Amino acid sequence: MEVLVAILLGVLTASGVFLILRARTFSVVLGLTLLSHAVNLFLFSMGRLHTNAPAVIGEAAQHADPLPQALVLTAIVIGFAMTAFVVVLALRSVLELKNDHVDGVNKNEEPI
Amino acid sequence: MHLMILPILIPLFFGAMLTVLHGLSIKDQRGLSLLAASAQVVVAIILLQQASSGDYSVYQLGNWQAPFGIVLVLDQLSALMLVMISTLSVFCVAYATTGRKQSHDQAGAHFHALIQFQLLGLNGAVLTGDMFNLFVFFEILLIASYALLLHGGGRTRSRAGLRYVIINLVGSALFLIALGVLYGITGTLNMADMALRINALPASELPFVHAAGALLLIVFGIKAALLPLLFWLPRAYAAAAAPIAALFAIMTKIGIYAIIRVFYLVFHGDAGLNEQIFQWLWPLALATLAFGAVGALGAWSLRGLTAWMVIVSVGTLLASIAQYSQPSLAAALFYLLHTTLLTAVFFLLADIFHHYRPGPRDYFVTGPRSQDRVLLGGLFFTAAVAFAGLPPLSGFISKFWILQSTSAPWAYALFWPILLISSLIIIIALSRGGSALLWRQNKQPATTARAPVLATGVVVTMLFGSLLLSVFAQPIMDYTQNTAAQILAPERYIHAVLGGLADANH
Repeated sequence: MEVLVAILLGVLTASGVFLILRARTFSVVLGLTLLSHAVNLFLFSMGRLHTNAPAVIGEAAQHADPLPQALVLTAIVIGFAMTAFVVVLALRSVLELKNDHVDGVNKNEEPI
Repeated sequence: MHLMILPILIPLFFGAMLTVLHGLSIKDQRGLSLLAASAQVVVAIILLQQASSGDYSVYQLGNWQAPFGIVLVLDQLSALMLVMISTLSVFCVAYATTGRKQSHDQAGAHFHALIQFQLLGLNGAVLTGDMFNLFVFFEILLIASYALLLHGGGRTRSRAGLRYVIINLVGSALFLIALGVLYGITGTLNMADMALRINALPASELPFVHAAGALLLIVFGIKAALLPLLFWLPRAYAAAAAPIAALFAIMTKIGIYAIIRVFYLVFHGDAGLNEQIFQWLWPLALATLAFGAVGALGAWSLRGLTAWMVIVSVGTLLASIAQYSQPSLAAALFYLLHTTLLTAVFFLLADIFHHYRPGPRDYFVTGPRSQDRVLLGGLFFTAAVAFAGLPPLSGFISKFWILQSTSAPWAYALFWPILLISSLIIIIALSRGGSALLWRQNKQPATTARAPVLATGVVVTMLFGSLLLSVFAQPIMDYTQNTAAQILAPERYIHAVLGGLADANH
């Protein structure tokens, strides 16, 4: 299971980084989403991987560490809010800059 | 007893109230915002007095014993940062009530609420004693700063904002990865407990911690604008509205605060992890310093120049911090106060020039003659003297002390020439900008455009603050020296937070 999770994390991170390095805002937003998924999974697996182990002491012989699960919950909420914000911002900059390049370069614009 | 939580509760309460009551008249909003900001100044000063005895105050949220619950820790460094943040915020809020066609705080919705949330994040980040909580407060201050950067709208802001948001989101992802690694290895998130456990780790686990430390350096380097990670800064800071840019002068310092806190406390152990990190930080800081000076020469507006001066000051600060000695840390903390104040002054001054030169604004081009040339010239000259480090203002004292505090010969050989030459370049850049703004005038009759008295008053008061920093340099220096000594004794911090547990583990 560890190998599978590690490969999954690697693929998610690599795809996320690749997409973040693209020039168009849409792929960058997708890349950020993939990267945050990778981060959430990684945080989750830092409590070590168990099967059939509830995050409650005394319910089973073996219990999982509940703290990373709480951290992931926080990270998911923050990540979701950020994704929503960056989508709105990307849409707004498309409208205002008349292109979806991350640099927002427009030849007809005055220099800053 | 519960005073320590107030720097977090006051902005949270007022920010929430201002959001809910967004229908309030702008006058009432301003009143509430100023009230909240001044209350934070009062609390911060009381906390500073409390901390100056050298004792740590620990506040256990929900009365959960550390390391199981989240703690807030007040030491001299956090108290100093709190005073700096709250004082600057009062100036920024006051300045934001002025404007041209409309005041800065009316250019978009929820200005005052956002400022309070920004303060919530800033205050929380300097108080918390928990790594994950540090991440959360970083996110709070970042979310508020995204909205504040875009406040007022416009193409330049959208463009700068998009980059700023993207690079900080990547930074947050790296922060979480580093925290995950640290939690996976040490099994704790409390800074003091983590420091203890890193010390007790077997050598085989150290490379992971080292990697996490390097990731944290990247994260804080993005916030602080360390050389390869600084390219978002000049455009973002130059695009933000003046009072917001002035408040953002604090944000890079929060990155520096986090570097001090994490690498002087959590990574302080015998394994020399912090020294390995500082080996990276030292050359990068020097390069930031040199690069900032070159960038300042290339700026074509006062806002742009100020943004590059922020980078120069970050380079100076980090180079002092990377030397890992008490004198240079104490000097760096004094310089931190001075440079935050002065870069904020320059951002506001750029807006004052915008008032006086409606067409060319603060760009270094020929403009109309102004009738208040003496006032404008006086303000610019005083601010330039203070920033560049000429006597008698605070810049001279702080830079002199930074130079004096260098002890290692390798530091002399590199730091002195780079700092002195970049100071000279800053003087050249400032005189180039000043002569363009003040002396390059067209033949048209003098304009009657004027800055509001309040706006000029805020800038004059802040410049007066620089004078106060040099007049009361002795007590402030004593304080920063004690602070540096306290930072370099992390075992006292650990003992204060963990109490008996710290001894039991050893």
